[in-house]
Amino acid sequence: MSSTADDGSGALPGTLIRATWVTDYWLTVYKRTWKGTVISSFVTPLLYIVAMGVLLGGFIKGDPAKLEGATSYLSFVAPGMVAAQAMTTVFGEVTYPVMGMIKWHRTYFGMIATPLGIPEVILAHLGFVLFRVATVCAVFLLVMTPFGVFESLGGVVIAFFAQLLIGMAFAVPIYAFTVGLKDESAFALVFRLGMIPMFLFSGAFFPVSNLDAPMEAFAKVTPLWHGVDLTRMLTVGNIDGPMVLVHVVYLSALVVLGWFWAVRRLTRRLTD
Amino acid sequence: MTVSSDTSMIHAVGLRKSFGSKSGETVEAVCGIDVDVRRGESFGFLGPNGAGKSSTMRMIAAVSPISGGSLRILGMDPATQGPQIRARIGVCPQEDTLDTELNVRDNLYIYGRYFGLPRAEVRSRTDELLEFVQLTEKAKAKVEDLSGGMKRRLTIARSLINKPDLLLLDEPTTGLDPQARHVVWDRLFRLKQQGVTLVLTTHYMDEAEQLCDRLVVMDKGVIAAEGSPLELIRAYSTREVVELRFGIGEHEEIAPKVEDLAERVEVLPDRLLLYSSDGEETLAKVHERGLDPIASLVRRSTLEDVFLRLTGRTLVD
Ligand SMILES: Nc1ncnc2c1ncn2[C@@H]1O[C@H](COP(=O)(O)OP(=O)(O)OP(=O)(O)O)[C@@H](O)[C@H]1O
Ligand SMILES: [Mg+2]
Repeated sequence: MSSTADDGSGALPGTLIRATWVTDYWLTVYKRTWKGTVISSFVTPLLYIVAMGVLLGGFIKGDPAKLEGATSYLSFVAPGMVAAQAMTTVFGEVTYPVMGMIKWHRTYFGMIATPLGIPEVILAHLGFVLFRVATVCAVFLLVMTPFGVFESLGGVVIAFFAQLLIGMAFAVPIYAFTVGLKDESAFALVFRLGMIPMFLFSGAFFPVSNLDAPMEAFAKVTPLWHGVDLTRMLTVGNIDGPMVLVHVVYLSALVVLGWFWAVRRLTRRLTD
Repeated sequence: MTVSSDTSMIHAVGLRKSFGSKSGETVEAVCGIDVDVRRGESFGFLGPNGAGKSSTMRMIAAVSPISGGSLRILGMDPATQGPQIRARIGVCPQEDTLDTELNVRDNLYIYGRYFGLPRAEVRSRTDELLEFVQLTEKAKAKVEDLSGGMKRRLTIARSLINKPDLLLLDEPTTGLDPQARHVVWDRLFRLKQQGVTLVLTTHYMDEAEQLCDRLVVMDKGVIAAEGSPLELIRAYSTREVVELRFGIGEHEEIAPKVEDLAERVEVLPDRLLLYSSDGEETLAKVHERGLDPIASLVRRSTLEDVFLRLTGRTLVD
């Protein structure tokens, strides 16, 4: 007889409890891989700040009226880069590694042979992605603090939590997309047509009002713009309440819709 | 929660599994099978490639939803009580799902944690199981450095981490060399003696004869026959078989000349099989007729002969 703590119900508390049973797996993964992520997660952002914010920013005498409340280009670009970093971290985590769990290592097939079900597998994996976003963004925000780009401590703390939401708004739908893919060939397009254009044109590095009207409208539907605008409001202390609500609702909707899509696609993929 | 001894471990009636393919037509992998597995018995699904063995096993493992019929595992419904069922069974899948990037011990430890077992408990079970499958010295080795037989033993150890009531083994020794197979069989035999209910699939008749108290012969999604290995051989074959090998292409034309010497004659591309109760006597009569096979052999009937009789085909092609 097994002596598990499982009550076997498919109800949410059971799912949450069971998802924590995967923690040791993810800890082992992180112990093995964290060294490889140090440069891209923690050093590259610092290089960006120095190159784009300090050195390039020193040349930019932007019209303060156009900097969305920021007092310098550095304080304008810093929140943009944090949100963009949350996004790029997530893109890395929910593409190739997720496919590996299904196709190359078949790890998920081992997991679902146990009391773990599809929701638990997804929840645990996304929990790990959340952890990655949290560490990366926490370090990024800490590193930028000495540059004097944040208006208030409270703003930075809330901005940190905003990064978790932004990260998940990307993570959950892209995860759902990945788990239904037969092979990795679509990822090149995801990065080239999705991540990189968003990174460049969604208001992280310049105000989207600089774009043509149709391009600006387009930029404003991307999740990254919502994330950047939200983060910037919080770090520069120029908060527009209704707009905050719009951002939070939009990003949360991506998380919720992505969740149902992910459960459906992974169920079909693993249990046929 | 225990299953009383009179309740079956697996109870399937009219069980079906179909897969929708891209082109629109559906593949009927399992076409209505009845199975009843009792506590403590070892039960086998013997069948060739594509018979529907793995599809059946995945339904029994409460992973793949059934397409029709009814299925109860340990008295529970896999559609609604999947996690509870999976907590009490062990699964050794056809394709290994070991984590090749973890070492041997971590594979067991991590897997035990998936059952929500306390860390200390998993650690002690891990050590016991490594001992049981003779992998203690390999505890720190990476999975990718293990031989096929060792990987299989590790998968079996992993499937035992939750002390399952029911152990499912999908082709436990396919792809292993004879020596590695015997090591696996020996371990499975010990589990059987400890009273673990074993359900395994195989396309090796010797494996089925060695390990199964009772088995079903499965082909093209249906059950062709059911019984103990001995019962099946008695019902569908004779006591002995004479194998005659003639020149290539001669078997078809020689078959009519020996037809009356045996209860039944099977023509295979490379040999003739004469089914009779006394093989030596039959072989003597073949020689009396002036027939001179290149090679001849008298042996006992096996499940292979049962399968040939039932389906007209050999098990391993
Ligand atoms: N996921 C799937 N989608 C579509 N068809 C499938 C799927 N899985 C199995 N099949 C088909 O169902 C049939 C039975 O397959 P199954 O894997 O159950 O056979 P098997 O007896 O385990 O064979 P093997 O000895 O090769 O493992 C085959 O025709 C197979 O192609
Ligand atoms: Mg199979």
